[in-house]
Amino acid sequence: MAKIIVVTSGKGGVGKTTTSASIGTGLALRGYKTVIIDFDVGLRNLDLIMGCERRVVYDFVNVIQGDATLAQTLIKDKRLENLYVLAASQTRDKDALTTEGVERVISELAETFDFVICDSPAGIEKGAHLAMYFADEAIVVTNPEVSSVRDSDRMLGLLASKSRRAELGLEPIKEHLLLTRYSPDRVIKGEMLGVEDVEEILSIRLLGVVPESKSVLKASNQGVPVILDEESDAGQAYSDAVDRLLGKDVEHRFLDVKRQGLLQRIFGGRE
Amino acid sequence: MNLLDFFRERKKQTPASIAKERLQIIVAHERNQRCEPDYLPALQKELIEVIRKYVNIDNDQVQVALESQGNCSILELNVTLPDR
Repeated sequence: MAKIIVVTSGKGGVGKTTTSASIGTGLALRGYKTVIIDFDVGLRNLDLIMGCERRVVYDFVNVIQGDATLAQTLIKDKRLENLYVLAASQTRDKDALTTEGVERVISELAETFDFVICDSPAGIEKGAHLAMYFADEAIVVTNPEVSSVRDSDRMLGLLASKSRRAELGLEPIKEHLLLTRYSPDRVIKGEMLGVEDVEEILSIRLLGVVPESKSVLKASNQGVPVILDEESDAGQAYSDAVDRLLGKDVEHRFLDVKRQGLLQRIFGGRE
Repeated sequence: MNLLDFFRERKKQTPASIAKERLQIIVAHERNQRCEPDYLPALQKELIEVIRKYVNIDNDQVQVALESQGNCSILELNVTLPDR
């Protein structure tokens, strides 16, 4: 039985798709059969980040409406054996996704996959609701910035009240905080909210901190999930996050500025 | 918190600490609203209509809040009447 993980945030542009692509790829790299579903109907983008945009024949809505089978629609990753993408539709029909349809597709996928990653659209409309509705775990992607943190808190409220697990009174969705676009130097200068600040406000378990990094844009330009750039700090941070998601105890990296000043060394930086 | 942070904090508020303070307030406020029962806005609307039969008041002059203390809940109703 697959584990269903939603990648969500409320706010747009914080790195949901980048995260879905990298976490999904990381799980596949570790031998788990993984599928990433793009729930952003009308604004498909996961295919571009994964580099499979020219191989989309059928999409999620086609499967829901019965115009194509899952086998026809799933796009197999060219790099990894265990990795598949289910592209979103470019239709403008907002009601193309139905609860019953999504449930049918997810439960069919759950039979053969180890992980189903649901890449949520921004906002709290239908697509975002359906992306999180069937989830077992949630990765809440947050930037250290006021509007993102507020929206994340709103999403946490919805995860706790409007999901299938909440409605059936099952064990609640396991929530993870992933802080992205983090700049340790700005945190030290007091210009940016620190990890502890965001953790304290949202009070959920920290899955990882991904530093602001040029490698993210470089990777998306090329259609390669940044986790495959093993040299990059962002790639390594995602790799650590995947290990933590699988229950490993990995120390957090990239929370400090690379070169510490004299004072910092004397007084001690963050552990 | 390290020693350096300690001195910095005493000196003055940083943009980050202002952000944190603002977030803590708004998030706490919104979490309270989330716990409210769904009927509260409708109740407020109907109350306004009833009061309007007798006194002319604005929409924002009636505040309804539900507070829970232990095992009992208190429905607090605050109506500001206009000056005569």
